[in-house]
Amino acid sequence: MASGVKPRVKSPSSASAGEVVTIKTLISHPMESGQRKDSDGNTIPRSIINRFTCELNDNMIIDVTLEPAISTNPYFEFEAKVDASGEFKFTWYDDDGSVYEEAKAIEVA
Amino acid sequence: MKAKLLQSIAAAALAFGAGAALADEDAELVINGEIEIVTKTDAPAHMDGMSTIMSGWRFRDSTTQMMEMDDFDNPAMLAVEDAREKWSTPVGSEDKSCADCHGEPEDMAGVKPVYPKWNEDAGEVRTMQMQMNDCRENRMGAEPWKYDAADALAMEALLSSVSRGMPVDVAIDGPGQSTWEQGKELYYARTGQLDLSCASCHEENYGNMIRADHLSQGQINGFPTYRLKNTKLNGVHSRFKGCVRDTRAETYSPGSPEFVALEMYVASRGNGLSVEGPAVRN
Repeated sequence: MASGVKPRVKSPSSASAGEVVTIKTLISHPMESGQRKDSDGNTIPRSIINRFTCELNDNMIIDVTLEPAISTNPYFEFEAKVDASGEFKFTWYDDDGSVYEEAKAIEVA
Repeated sequence: MKAKLLQSIAAAALAFGAGAALADEDAELVINGEIEIVTKTDAPAHMDGMSTIMSGWRFRDSTTQMMEMDDFDNPAMLAVEDAREKWSTPVGSEDKSCADCHGEPEDMAGVKPVYPKWNEDAGEVRTMQMQMNDCRENRMGAEPWKYDAADALAMEALLSSVSRGMPVDVAIDGPGQSTWEQGKELYYARTGQLDLSCASCHEENYGNMIRADHLSQGQINGFPTYRLKNTKLNGVHSRFKGCVRDTRAETYSPGSPEFVALEMYVASRGNGLSVEGPAVRN
């Protein structure tokens, strides 16, 4: 079970219709690869975020499969075209079954 | 290990493919679009060997530089966030928090630029971490933090972050002068099997390549520094230790009087640059 996991999102709160906005996300997570051994020689079990998605008004914008080679605190920056006001929904899926969620509203002026 | 290898292969591929992101020594650093950072200025009067001082930021490639320009992109800010919580959490037998005496972290703006500095009561030059531990032991009744360990560095990073943009201003005269002179001596003393002093690289050869990397001037205005190579905050003394080790010498320990003196001297070589920490470096 990973501790200290905290999702963060930076996205604009308003945009004009049809605008392409940049979204930055980061989740603090150790991303233990499962390849390392501790000082006693035992394998440290894999514990990573294995999937990340972002939806806007139930439309999938990005759906990422994460692999063990991805570093601590995975950071994603991507763009989305915004046609109408709504809510970005961000979801991170942990190996241990935890699901972390975050939402950000965006208003189309 | 595998991840590391993949990364370096990717980096090599990029280097050949796109002409690489080379060090941009003319870039200007503005953090969050509002904090203007002086990364290049005239050397302070006490330095004979150099006329211009430059932050290590100028020696990094543009992708690393960019990570420091927005707090969201700066991985060190995660530690700063943690430290902010610790700041207002009471600890120790006195059940006091930092906030009880010092108020908001922002009230400590202006503290970082003058450290290390002489402490009259203690009769010694102190680094921020020494002063923090003095608080913990004597005012809070808590265990001191290990020097340059994660807790101490995070707090130092928080206190540095609220002073960003302010000019480094370490006093080199007065009662701390003998410590400063000891630091200067250490800076110019050649050590180790490779017979190198700090100046051999950081004064005589900055800007040149050391293997695959640019040598900086060894400025510490950006410390504590988040390094991409070990994905955590790094303290000044640990950095010194790494450098001394690379000369193949026996190193001093983080928190030792020698490194305190060296930190004071090296910090004063950056007088005039802005406090930049927590910075991002490779």
